[in-house]
Amino acid sequence: MSPDDPSPVTRWGRLLGALVALGTTARAAARRGPVPRPPGAGEVDPSERTVPASPRAESIVAVLLLLAAVFAFAFTVLYIVLSGNTQLLGIAMGGALLLLAVACIVAGKLVVPQETHVEERGPLLVEEETEEVIHIIEAGGQGISRRALLVGAGGVAGAALLTATATPLASLGPTLGPLHHTPWARGVRLVDDEARPYLASDIQIGTFYTALPEHGDPEAFGAGLLVVRLPANFIDLPAARRDWAPYGILAYSKICPHAGCAISLYRYPTYAPTSQIPAFTCPCHYSTFLPGEGGRLIFGPAGRALPQLPLMVDGQGYLRAAGPFHEDIGPSWWGVHRSQS
Amino acid sequence: MNPIERYVHRRFARVSRSAEQRVGLAAGVRWALRYVFPDHWSFLLGEIALYSFIVLVATGIYLTLFYIPSDSQVIYHGPYALLQGEQMSEAYRSVLNISFTVPAGLLFRQVHHWAADVFIASIVLHLIRIFFTGAYRKPRDLNYFIGLTMLMLAILEGFAGYSLVDDLLSGMGLAIAYGVAVAIPGIGGQFATLIWGGPFPGNSTFWPRLEIVHVLLIPVTLAVLITLHLVMIMRQHHSQFPGPGRRERNVVGTPTWPAYALRSIGLMLAVAGVLFLLGGLIQINPIWQWGPYHPYLSENGAQPDWYIGWLIGALRLMPNWELVISGRTVIPNPFWGGAAFPLFVFAIMFAWPAIERRFTGDVRRHDLLERPRDRPIRTAIGAGFLSWVVIVFAVGSTDRIFYRLGVSYTLQIHVWRVGIWIIPIVVFFVTLSACRALQRTGAHPLRAWQGQVIQRTGDGRVEVLAGSPDRDTPPISEPPVGTAPAEEARSR
Repeated sequence: MSPDDPSPVTRWGRLLGALVALGTTARAAARRGPVPRPPGAGEVDPSERTVPASPRAESIVAVLLLLAAVFAFAFTVLYIVLSGNTQLLGIAMGGALLLLAVACIVAGKLVVPQETHVEERGPLLVEEETEEVIHIIEAGGQGISRRALLVGAGGVAGAALLTATATPLASLGPTLGPLHHTPWARGVRLVDDEARPYLASDIQIGTFYTALPEHGDPEAFGAGLLVVRLPANFIDLPAARRDWAPYGILAYSKICPHAGCAISLYRYPTYAPTSQIPAFTCPCHYSTFLPGEGGRLIFGPAGRALPQLPLMVDGQGYLRAAGPFHEDIGPSWWGVHRSQS
Repeated sequence: MNPIERYVHRRFARVSRSAEQRVGLAAGVRWALRYVFPDHWSFLLGEIALYSFIVLVATGIYLTLFYIPSDSQVIYHGPYALLQGEQMSEAYRSVLNISFTVPAGLLFRQVHHWAADVFIASIVLHLIRIFFTGAYRKPRDLNYFIGLTMLMLAILEGFAGYSLVDDLLSGMGLAIAYGVAVAIPGIGGQFATLIWGGPFPGNSTFWPRLEIVHVLLIPVTLAVLITLHLVMIMRQHHSQFPGPGRRERNVVGTPTWPAYALRSIGLMLAVAGVLFLLGGLIQINPIWQWGPYHPYLSENGAQPDWYIGWLIGALRLMPNWELVISGRTVIPNPFWGGAAFPLFVFAIMFAWPAIERRFTGDVRRHDLLERPRDRPIRTAIGAGFLSWVVIVFAVGSTDRIFYRLGVSYTLQIHVWRVGIWIIPIVVFFVTLSACRALQRTGAHPLRAWQGQVIQRTGDGRVEVLAGSPDRDTPPISEPPVGTAPAEEARSR
């Protein structure tokens, strides 16, 4: 941009300058307004009224109103001509509103009469009136001998009706059954997000793969898996899970057992002497799990380990689930099945 | 009066009489026109909230004309090239269309989002003003409870609003909300599946439900509560700071008509104007960057809108405690940070007026406000409590602090798990002594002035006209507003 280009920046600068000048004029006019009353002390009546209107203040307000009209008109024009440039439309509408705002405030302070008024606060509780209201209400029950019975029966009827009205809310959701369901069962093939099945040989050391169940609903909470391959020295599974990780390939639910976010951070040591062992981290609240140790939690708020899915490799080399999850996936609830390990 | 003015006057008088013959409201209108508003800037915070709400309703109605609450999976073919051919929900596609194809749609969406952030921010600042000046005392305690209820609803409303988008960010937020809902002891499972229509991500009915909550149920409740809030204030009249001529039994200020009405309308227009400038010029929630949500996807570095920050902070800060009794999970972890913590904070705020009455034995009606320093214990408790919540809020950004400044995330969490208990106590004592020091000197904490006004006289001497109280020269300024209650406080 050459220096003598009338760049948008200088144009905005000029506009800003004009606004500042306007503001200064308004302030100067304000100073010529009512003289502040000298501070009094104790019980004085501070009410007062001045009529500050001056032709100068009136013309400032008129100019502001006309400028606001220009901006508002510009909004319509810009909408038609540029079919909605967000920035220009924002400036036009915001500018129109702000100019109107300044016009109102200047008018409120410099054009219309300025009053300080003292208003007395009445009492909120007027004894006689309250007594009367209580009396009128209680008088409605005159002559009724079994008042308690009627009130009680009315209360029961009301409560029953309320319950009846609220009951259909149960239609909103199912009972707990489906909470335990995931699309994973023995034999289900692991596929990627474009439905291509994973071969065991696709899974490389040092990164993680997201797997979904073949023919299963990819949007189901329990569908997503984290799949990694670890060298043997990083694998230390509980005895019962020894055969869950063929060729060092491990699969875990991708849903964090803390609050249900998908786990998408994977730490793999790049330089063994200084790096830490492989771990999954949830990006929401940073619960950190060890894939080599059955999903054990080493940091963060999750209350249990990451659920592991047993894997097998079929005759053609495809990865398949060797069984369902042995515990519930996702955030815990009252009655969640936890892993026993 | 010139002829035009005379004509206008005659017409106006005739229309007024004609209306009055039918509705008979002149006395009420006269009362409203003469209603007195005390002049203090801090009284405008609530007005900013009110006016943001109006902007929210106006822009929100516009957005509902284009939003489709549906999780049907569709393929995107709109103008945003990077999402071409992407599978997404119809809800997300409709918000992309609002942003890219509806003329002025992005402007209204961004104004709406900014307005939500400003709405809740001004409510919180208003609440802080109410607390530290003792404006919640009788007779305004009921209204204070209404205000707190509205704050809770506003947070819920904001969350529901940005969840409707169904982009990756909002989907992650909903997953966490589900995690918290399902964690409620005993009923969590039923409660969450009831709301979502099944286990997360729920069935298709969830989206119309979320929309109706966001565009009807909560806004209407808010509108009713706002009306109650204002009617109650007008019945009691505004509270006011003490000062010359200002007593418990009067209100000194500007009557509604004409000066205050013009100023307040000016404020409304200014709030709307600033929101439109923000919405037009400063990008907020660029939903196209995140892409559609699928339960198996997430994004690193996600930050919620600011008013959810304290919840994410609480979830992060909480140690991994889960109450498990003989293999049965009784209290899952997200309950602590996501539900117990905010409920505790609100419970304390709801209980505060009663707690204070219990300790001071003061059950009188109060219409004069107190300066924070004149109630050092209250101010110190408030500041300590506020710092406690603010720390949790800041912990919500620990991952960004790690990313920007390289301070280890785990170290930050370990430090704050201790700091959260120490800092509020420090803040309590610092505030307490600051209040007492201010009471002694009578200086204004921000306007305390250390200079002198001098004048060189004709014979060359320098005469001190005014100086700060620290300099042994008498100040000429008026005595600080509200000295009287300070004495009352000491004599208590």
